Amino acid sequence: MLNYALRRIFMACLLALFVSFLTYALIFTAGDPAAAIAGSASTAADAENIRQIYGFDDPLIVQYLRWVGNVLQGDLGNSLYFRQPVSEIILSRFAVTAQVGIFALIFAMLIAVPLGVAAGRWPNSLIDRGALFIAVVGQAVPSFWFALLLIIVFSITFPILPSSGLGTWRHYVLPVLVLGYFSMPAIMRLTRSGMISALETDYIRTARAMGLSERRVLFDYALRNAALPLISLSSAQFGFMLAGSVVVESVFAIPGAGRLAWESIGRADLPTVQALVLCFSLFYVLLTLLADMLNAALDPRMRMK
Amino acid sequence: MLLNVQNLNVMIPTQGGPLHAVQDVSFSVSKGETLCIVGESGCGKSVTALSLLGLLPKSAKRSASRMTFDGQDMITMSDKQIRALRGNRLSMIFQEPMTALNPLHTLGRQLTDVYMAHRRGNREAARQRAVYLLERVGIAKAAERLGQYPHELSGGLRQRVVIAMALMCEPELIVADEPTTALDVTIQAELLRLLAELQKSMGLGMIMITHDLGLVSRIADRVVVMYAGQVIENALAKELFENPKHPYTRALLGSVPDPSHPRMQPLPSIPGTVPSLVQKMEGCHFRDRCAFASEECRVPIPLVGVGAEHVARCIKTGAQAPNARSTAP
Amino acid sequence: MTDIVASTPPAQDRAARRMRRPRWMGHAGLIIGLAILLTCLLMALFAPLVAPHDPYAQDLLSRFAPPVWHEGGSWNHVLGADHLGRDYLSRLLYGAQISLIIGIGTAIVSGIIGTTIGIAAGYFGGKVDSIAMFFITARLAMPVILIALAVVALFGSSLTVVMLTLGLLLWDRFALVTRASTIQLRSQEFVTAAQIQGASTLQIVRHEILPNLLNNLLIVATLEMAQAIVLEAALSFLGLGVPAPLPSWGLMISEGKASILFEPWLITIPGIALFLLVLGTNLLGDGLRDITTPQGRN
Repeated sequence: MLNYALRRIFMACLLALFVSFLTYALIFTAGDPAAAIAGSASTAADAENIRQIYGFDDPLIVQYLRWVGNVLQGDLGNSLYFRQPVSEIILSRFAVTAQVGIFALIFAMLIAVPLGVAAGRWPNSLIDRGALFIAVVGQAVPSFWFALLLIIVFSITFPILPSSGLGTWRHYVLPVLVLGYFSMPAIMRLTRSGMISALETDYIRTARAMGLSERRVLFDYALRNAALPLISLSSAQFGFMLAGSVVVESVFAIPGAGRLAWESIGRADLPTVQALVLCFSLFYVLLTLLADMLNAALDPRMRMK
Repeated sequence: MLLNVQNLNVMIPTQGGPLHAVQDVSFSVSKGETLCIVGESGCGKSVTALSLLGLLPKSAKRSASRMTFDGQDMITMSDKQIRALRGNRLSMIFQEPMTALNPLHTLGRQLTDVYMAHRRGNREAARQRAVYLLERVGIAKAAERLGQYPHELSGGLRQRVVIAMALMCEPELIVADEPTTALDVTIQAELLRLLAELQKSMGLGMIMITHDLGLVSRIADRVVVMYAGQVIENALAKELFENPKHPYTRALLGSVPDPSHPRMQPLPSIPGTVPSLVQKMEGCHFRDRCAFASEECRVPIPLVGVGAEHVARCIKTGAQAPNARSTAP
Repeated sequence: MTDIVASTPPAQDRAARRMRRPRWMGHAGLIIGLAILLTCLLMALFAPLVAPHDPYAQDLLSRFAPPVWHEGGSWNHVLGADHLGRDYLSRLLYGAQISLIIGIGTAIVSGIIGTTIGIAAGYFGGKVDSIAMFFITARLAMPVILIALAVVALFGSSLTVVMLTLGLLLWDRFALVTRASTIQLRSQEFVTAAQIQGASTLQIVRHEILPNLLNNLLIVATLEMAQAIVLEAALSFLGLGVPAPLPSWGLMISEGKASILFEPWLITIPGIALFLLVLGTNLLGDGLRDITTPQGRN
């Protein structure tokens, strides 16, 4: 178990390093940070000056290593727009995004898991086909459009919910709805197929042959087994959800990391964009690492290894 | 009579059409008696076992003219009533010990769950019962084992746990569906001795589903031979081995070299293939492989008495083999 | 016993029907999906012939003209006109071109990348496989929308940039699926036979592996196409996809957002088109999977 954990953590670190290099290379070679820093009113000489001060004419790998060194010391660079350290800006923004994301994940699971259990318990029943229909339709609705539709219905036609900002719990309803529905189909489908294969196993037949109640068979024996893959999926979904918060936060004007990223891209604030991409990636790596650890801890067969 | 089954039919819908897996099967078991149901794989013996406990797949249709457990009608029983019987008064042991236990729960948890499902007792009483039974089925350090998970045990040990699980609530009847087939030969013998011993000392009724005639000759009080969904012969064990009537039974016994010391081995090969049960077949199901078959075998054949408590589904029970294949003693 | 027997035939019938139903549903989905996709394809191909107006022609008198079923709507602008008075139906028809180009183009680019990685991983196994899996995991860790936004912002927005960016970002499913299938195929007899006969790796891949992957590739391609279409719309909606005045459906929704209070149909109409196209593509993919795999959607 310890061995597995160490190997897994090592892989996660390697992954983080690789992903950060890719994004660094992509963004810093594509854009001209010197010109961005100098601003639009600058001359070519100004940009050249800045290039030398910041070391932008060093080889990419040197720049990258310098950047990683700074990041490891908690220095993500300075925002070109806010004129202050990026690390100070993005922390509170990430808190907002994570908060909305957690609510959305809980909401998605509250709907999708029971639906998946019911669909898996009674395959091809009315409830199964209803759930499948919702999943198929849900997957096809673009989230930004869904967000606008909700605004049209709940903020304009029947003005009961606010359409932008974050203040009261009412502000959370629509963003959580949009973000949550996005991962519902995947969770529902996996729960369903997990339940179906769990209910076909010999140990469920044994449990039934021993006269255990249907509730115990379904929720304690079958769902527990079906839930193991669900952990990995929901953590991945949570990661995708956070990355997808760009769209939702821009529609609902939520002051989160996604909206900041969108605005920073528009302002060519490369250090901020770079830091945000890194944080989103690291968050995903961390999430999948945690999910693997949790899986290993919950599955006695893995615990032994 | 503990269990009485008359004219049990099971139909399972398949892509090709309805599969008549069990056709008009009748038998009964008394307290303390061991009934063996013998047949090749696919003859409907496992489906028969599952239908007794109401564990058939949902799409399957079961019907019977009579099905009673200790006088209670099992046909009209609600799901709740049948569940109260299962694992409590009527228990089952399955073929595949490697997958029969939940991988995510400790053995103790799974054993006590059975007890708690039927008794109003507390966990501690259940635990004591589990420790007692694990020791009884020959597992050392039983109390420590309760904290272990199935994957930490060998197949033989797991099957012992399954047996203990089936005994948690002191059942009156145990259905064992080829409980040793998946295990090593040496472990098979040990487990069978254990099962026979438990059955005697606890006075259990037992239905043993098997294709192993050696096993049958050692433990059966009564034998039901099934072929292609039907009972083709039903007799007391001694009578069946000494005086088999149906050509199929005779062929089976004929390939056991010495029926008094039969080796454990799968059913012998008899030329030809078992007919598909998807189309309902008129007449004798064995006729395509039978050395005695004639045109008369094309009409439905009833089970007829051929001796004391001995029935066979054949109209040629008196006929002698045209060749040397029949070596029945 | 008689009453039990009597009740058996209808039950049998019901049970048998229940077994057939999922397949049938798969086919229905397939047909609906195919129909929607074909309609879109025809719309895109014949947009210049069918469109009643020039999609870029501005007409100040027709600004915010409502669709024909609204009060004040006219047959001149069946689906109304936008804030610049451009005919909405014509823009919708031309918009299908953009969605389909992006969808198909992205599926091809990501398909080539993903299939190459997946086959290499599955065929060679060992270190190659470990490295490929590392790449796939790394790809999954990268926030797609964010990176696509950044890249489009840096390289400038154009149809090609969006298509290539999405293609470079969406190859993971192709890689995973081809890898799994190749691992299965690798141990099959006909591959072993080809190896024994001295066929080169490239020949084996081209003649033995690839043809057997086609089904799966087609299924993944439809799903990726749907995803690419949604992502392009989202990027354009955020202002960093294809540039105005191209009639991208995402861009149309974005432009309609300003009129959300009084002209909500500017948002709903292109949204419905987008939803239907994605739904159709997904249905086609699901249907293909249902009819090519024996166990269907389980």
